[in-house]
Amino acid sequence: MPSRLSRVSPYLVVAILIAAWWAAVRVSGTRIFPGPWDVVLGVISLAKEGVLVHHIAASLMRVAVGYFGAVALAIPLGVAMGWYPPIYRALNPVIQMLRPISPIAWIPLAILWFGVGNTSPIFLILLSSFFPMVVGTIAGVHSVEQQYIRAAENFGITGMKLLRDVVVPAAMAQIVTGMRIGLGVAWLVVVAAEMVAIDSGLGYLIIDSRNAGNRYDLVVAAMVIIGVIGFCLDVLMRRMELVDSVRWRYVR
Amino acid sequence: MSVDIEARDVWKSYQLDDGEALPVLEGLSLTVAQHELVALVGPSGCGKSTLLDLLAGFQRPDRGSIAFAGHRVERPSPKGILITQKGAVFPWISAWRNLTFVLDGLSEDERTGRARHYLELVGLQDFGSAFPHQLSGGMLQRLELARALVVKPDALYMDEPFGSLDALTRLRMRQELLRIRREEPQTTVLVTHDVDEAIALADRIFVLSERPMKIKRIVEIRIDHPRSMADPSAVALKASILRDLGAINE
Repeated sequence: MPSRLSRVSPYLVVAILIAAWWAAVRVSGTRIFPGPWDVVLGVISLAKEGVLVHHIAASLMRVAVGYFGAVALAIPLGVAMGWYPPIYRALNPVIQMLRPISPIAWIPLAILWFGVGNTSPIFLILLSSFFPMVVGTIAGVHSVEQQYIRAAENFGITGMKLLRDVVVPAAMAQIVTGMRIGLGVAWLVVVAAEMVAIDSGLGYLIIDSRNAGNRYDLVVAAMVIIGVIGFCLDVLMRRMELVDSVRWRYVR
Repeated sequence: MSVDIEARDVWKSYQLDDGEALPVLEGLSLTVAQHELVALVGPSGCGKSTLLDLLAGFQRPDRGSIAFAGHRVERPSPKGILITQKGAVFPWISAWRNLTFVLDGLSEDERTGRARHYLELVGLQDFGSAFPHQLSGGMLQRLELARALVVKPDALYMDEPFGSLDALTRLRMRQELLRIRREEPQTTVLVTHDVDEAIALADRIFVLSERPMKIKRIVEIRIDHPRSMADPSAVALKASILRDLGAINE
């Protein structure tokens, strides 16, 4: 029964990977690299001390502030650039030049400008999730079907109402895709941003576990938690694509 | 009857990429009376859609003038709604919101009243909360018609409105359009490639030539509604129009 197999196959893959990991640790006889069970024990010990929740909350808070800041900037800018060709012509080269610079490259500047508090990682997250959302929004506005714009014009809908109630909803599916990619990037960057110099967050946990006595069980535990949370965030974003006002794009 | 649409000596050409001009209209004139339904039939690519765009104000003529009820048409307006085969019902809002959305500047009561009336007129009163992607092709065209009528336009410009529907739904839509016109007639210009459809609906048929477009013949149809295509005069009419269009031999 192929449908049943395809339903369990993701779990099967995870199980096989864990088994292979376990076997590799056993066969190689390594004393430094942890096996799956060591990692589980590591997670439990962190959870018991209460530091795990603390680190997760710190990372999520930074991502939330940086990401929503980026949403608030990127979507209006993307709509303006997509709709008004002069704005696009003026800003697009700068955007395309800044976009390929890795957020990591900004770390020294972030520390210089904002010090080592919460502001630096939030700035890095904002910066890195900003570009995919601007680009996605521009592409969304550019691909709005002409017949909707013409209809709006026919009914005398102009100005801000045209942008807000016709152009943006018509582009919404692609804006949401951009937001999904942006959130993925934001979560990707939180670790790098926190590795630098802060005392909380999952990125800090990774570096601190290594520095404080080679606790690779905790390093891997933090990695697994980052992966699981990233997965959950993506599932949440996919939900947005099922809203009726977005879904029409995928149905027809 | 008073004249609604008046196109006088309209010229229009397009600039091609290689710099050459493609003439579409060379001095076309026509009039449409109030509440009349005029069908435009002609070979594909002859410029019917361009003409409709010009009448509705989406394009400006190079020369000549287009007026509606004595006023020059400068730009699209809710006074004349264009409906095309592609369909332009907003897919991100419900059927109901599609109607109320275009009624800006009216009181809440007036909006609700009108939306209800026109959804009912096209038989979609039970589908107000449905999203366009949940409706069938025929229902979508009826919604499109309701949204056009809800702003109480003086004119409807229809470009192959039923072109993407299956044959049976197309026949039903003809009956719907006639029924709606009995209740609330609009001055209507209908572009169609379907001679049957033109004969079934129109008061007059303008038979058009190849580009640059000329009006070859104007056919007045005096058959009573509901018209049967088996009616001998309808059969003769269809044959003569098809002959004009070069679709059948002498």
